[in-house]
Amino acid sequence: MHDVTLIVNGVPRHARVPARRLLSDFLRHDLGLTGTHVGCEHGVCGACTVLLDGQPVRACLTFAVSVAGHEVTTVEGLADGERLSPVQRAFAECHGLQCGFCTPGFLTTVTAFLRENPAPADDEAIEAVAGNLCRCTGYQNIVKSVHRAAELMAEEGP
Amino acid sequence: MTTKLFGEPVRRREDARLVAGNGRYLDDLGAGALAVAFVRSPHAHARITGIDVDDAIDVEGLVAIYTWEDLPEGVREPLPLLIPHPALTHGRTAYCLAKDVVRHVGEPIVMVVATDRYIAEDVCERIEVSYEFLKPVVGLENAVEGPNLVHDDVPGNIGAHLVQEVAHRDGRATRDVIAAAPHTLEFRLDIERSACMPMEGKGVYARWDADDRSLRVYSSTQTSTSVRMAIAAKLGLPLPKVEVIAPDVGGGFGVKIVHPWPEEILVPWAARLLDREVKWTEDRREHFVSSAHERAQVQHVRVGFDDEGRVLGLDVEILHDHGAYTPYGIIVPIITSTQLLGPYKIGSYRVEFFSVYTNTVQVTPYRGAGRPQGVFCMERTMDKIAQYLGKDRTDVRAVNFIQPDEFPYDQQMIFQDGRPLIYDSGDYPESLRKLKELIGWDDFPRLQEEAAQQGRKLGIGVGCYVEGTGVGPYEGGHVQVTSDGRVHVSTGLTSQGQGHETVFAQIAATELGVPIEKVSVVTGDTRRFGYAVGTFASRAAVMSGNAIALACRKVKEKALQIAADALEADPADLEITDGMVHVVGAPSASIPLATVAVLSNPLRYAFDEEAKRATQFATGGSMEKPPVAEGQEPGLEGKDYYSPVRSTFASGMHAAIVETDPDTAEIKILRYAVVHDCGKMINPMLVEGQIHGGVAQGVGGALYEKMAYDEYGQLLNASFMDFLMPYVTEIPKIETDHLETPSPLNPLGIKGAGEAGVIPVSAVVAGAVEDAEKIVIDRMPISPSDLYALRDSSRTSGAVSLLRNTQ
Repeated sequence: MHDVTLIVNGVPRHARVPARRLLSDFLRHDLGLTGTHVGCEHGVCGACTVLLDGQPVRACLTFAVSVAGHEVTTVEGLADGERLSPVQRAFAECHGLQCGFCTPGFLTTVTAFLRENPAPADDEAIEAVAGNLCRCTGYQNIVKSVHRAAELMAEEGP
Repeated sequence: MTTKLFGEPVRRREDARLVAGNGRYLDDLGAGALAVAFVRSPHAHARITGIDVDDAIDVEGLVAIYTWEDLPEGVREPLPLLIPHPALTHGRTAYCLAKDVVRHVGEPIVMVVATDRYIAEDVCERIEVSYEFLKPVVGLENAVEGPNLVHDDVPGNIGAHLVQEVAHRDGRATRDVIAAAPHTLEFRLDIERSACMPMEGKGVYARWDADDRSLRVYSSTQTSTSVRMAIAAKLGLPLPKVEVIAPDVGGGFGVKIVHPWPEEILVPWAARLLDREVKWTEDRREHFVSSAHERAQVQHVRVGFDDEGRVLGLDVEILHDHGAYTPYGIIVPIITSTQLLGPYKIGSYRVEFFSVYTNTVQVTPYRGAGRPQGVFCMERTMDKIAQYLGKDRTDVRAVNFIQPDEFPYDQQMIFQDGRPLIYDSGDYPESLRKLKELIGWDDFPRLQEEAAQQGRKLGIGVGCYVEGTGVGPYEGGHVQVTSDGRVHVSTGLTSQGQGHETVFAQIAATELGVPIEKVSVVTGDTRRFGYAVGTFASRAAVMSGNAIALACRKVKEKALQIAADALEADPADLEITDGMVHVVGAPSASIPLATVAVLSNPLRYAFDEEAKRATQFATGGSMEKPPVAEGQEPGLEGKDYYSPVRSTFASGMHAAIVETDPDTAEIKILRYAVVHDCGKMINPMLVEGQIHGGVAQGVGGALYEKMAYDEYGQLLNASFMDFLMPYVTEIPKIETDHLETPSPLNPLGIKGAGEAGVIPVSAVVAGAVEDAEKIVIDRMPISPSDLYALRDSSRTSGAVSLLRNTQ
């Protein structure tokens, strides 16, 4: 068993877990942050994507012990208190989700992407979400959401 | 104006919690519950000769190991055959845990309960099951040609055989009509397996309350009411002691309508036995090998037609692969057989299917539920007729269309609900006109020619379908207005992402004249509404939408009566706007609906200021009448049901332009156009979302998705790495246009929209690839390597030219 402390959504969180505990399970079951979802457990679907020191990673392919001491942002950490982030609002506004199961992975991925590229062209927006599976939306409104989020961020400033 | 919401693109009320990570899906519940894992068969067909747990029982954290031998009466019997049919003469279902023989890879054999899932899986690995191998049956033709059997007592592996025939109006049999037709064609079509693949797998979480002797079960299901009845029956519990709740469900697409899954019985059973909370969450590999698949069929088609392309007779023989068991009956091939007819008047029609056992995962409805196969058959037939006669493919379709003045149109068959296949309304010529305009059909030959001059291969395809939606028998709605003015709506069917909380709130707000913010909606919770069928067959909006509207109308009638007494007005002169009951044209003579709710419930005890107004010394009224009028009930609430005489038939037409790479045979969809008619739309934004998602699944089925079983019954691609579900990069921009031909069958004039998008895509893409390549496409999916091989073989056989009319 290992003592693992991570900075999750800005707050130090600790649990004592075996070395094989996946980051996804650590977040969901040890810390109770169930917003991160597990869709395939083999790194293909992207539903479990969280930001590790600001970069998107597959939480289902990451051992919790291997990221001890690092900063993790989950979907629960995207909003500013009660106010949803531009990316979250854009997805709701553009009907960029249906069942919502894959959505946390898209939201974290897009959040990181727009930090790097705040005004993406259409092919860049598509490329940004090309590593995440969604079975409900047909993606069209997800791409629309990426552009809308960029607009909202530009309007609202940093 | 907040109260006219029906038909508006209202934003979803579900989204605030879902984008914040506050959704509650099955595995988000039950922190601390015991975890379940299963030992599943690694073999497609084998007899179990022994189960050795000696090496497993010392694992720390193990709580229990169960095999079939441990199961009590009720739990140890085969699972129910949900939809019996006289033609299903050899229906067979699985056991919760395999009894003697396993019949597909993934069948559950041993259930392990442990303190967490990691440990449960450790235990599974230490359990040794020994097998005597039996010959696996894989592939439809292998199944019917024998000699190996999936079930010893099912000769020829044939579970069901059904022939339906609609003779020519002059009484001639279809085969005679075809024999006498001016032109005939005969061909074979092959359709592969795919699967629903919701992003969230199945899951069950059960809590036994030993003090109350009651059970609460959460299941990621499309039918909580029916799961509840199944659990009560199997565990021998009184129905009122069982509650089943579908929490947020991460997609369904059909697979979660099947019930009870073994886990839906085993998990509650173990929770009660152990008096501990127990949870099972399906992992992706489990979902691939132990849930359900769909689609696989082989079709043999003969068609006779005249010089105009009018179909005089159509004869279709279908081999349908239903896998190892038939818990959902033969709904899928019945739908294929009936919905194959599409928007057409077919002179005479004979359809025969054999539904066949194989040692593969069972087959139950996946979005479209047999329709994609039927539409593939009919639309490929239309294309072949056009090709043969040298006609435009849309002209051949048009001469066969049912005309707008011919509704209701009786196809003279029995549909999947056991009721006549009578189309209620539609306008197929107008749909086709809109589609041709949207995609630029008439201009395409020029485009194709220009591309050809640049060495590019473009093709265009078209596909039409009719979809029976809103099947019965019924759904209900309950509406309650409380004294704070809030409106609480509930219905029994479940939600898997469709946005029911939004559309049902739109309906209630519109019917009652209240702001939508005042309305809350609960679905799929048997504590709130006990009678329901479930969410499948594009039925939720039609069934529960209308039931909720009817319940609202009852509540409104009661509210107007109470308000009329208070305002000393005639109820006929009253209307509700923004939550205020007022005299039409005189807004000052008004009373809030909240107050009406207070007055509707005569009280003895006051618990707040509002309640004081309804107490016995505060209310006026006649001393000669009882406080609750005869025939009335206290409270401002109402319940009603909607039970349709038969299904309502939505329709649509799709067209696509594809480009095929001359070297690599890669297929790219350049444009995709959809014209869709689901009657009156409650929320056009959500209808479009349904279409987008459906088309994306259709593209998966047309180009990428297949279940690759080898001859031993091993599923070779049971992961998202190998089963190719489309990412954003595979889905074209979908252009849509709508028609709204209201259904005359229900009060709201609506038709279902959930499955529509997926239905014709394979047919459309096959037609477009054929047009680009001039090579016959008779199978789905068609991958680049398939197309590459077809190019090679057609060079030698000249396949497409065989279709030309050489007379």
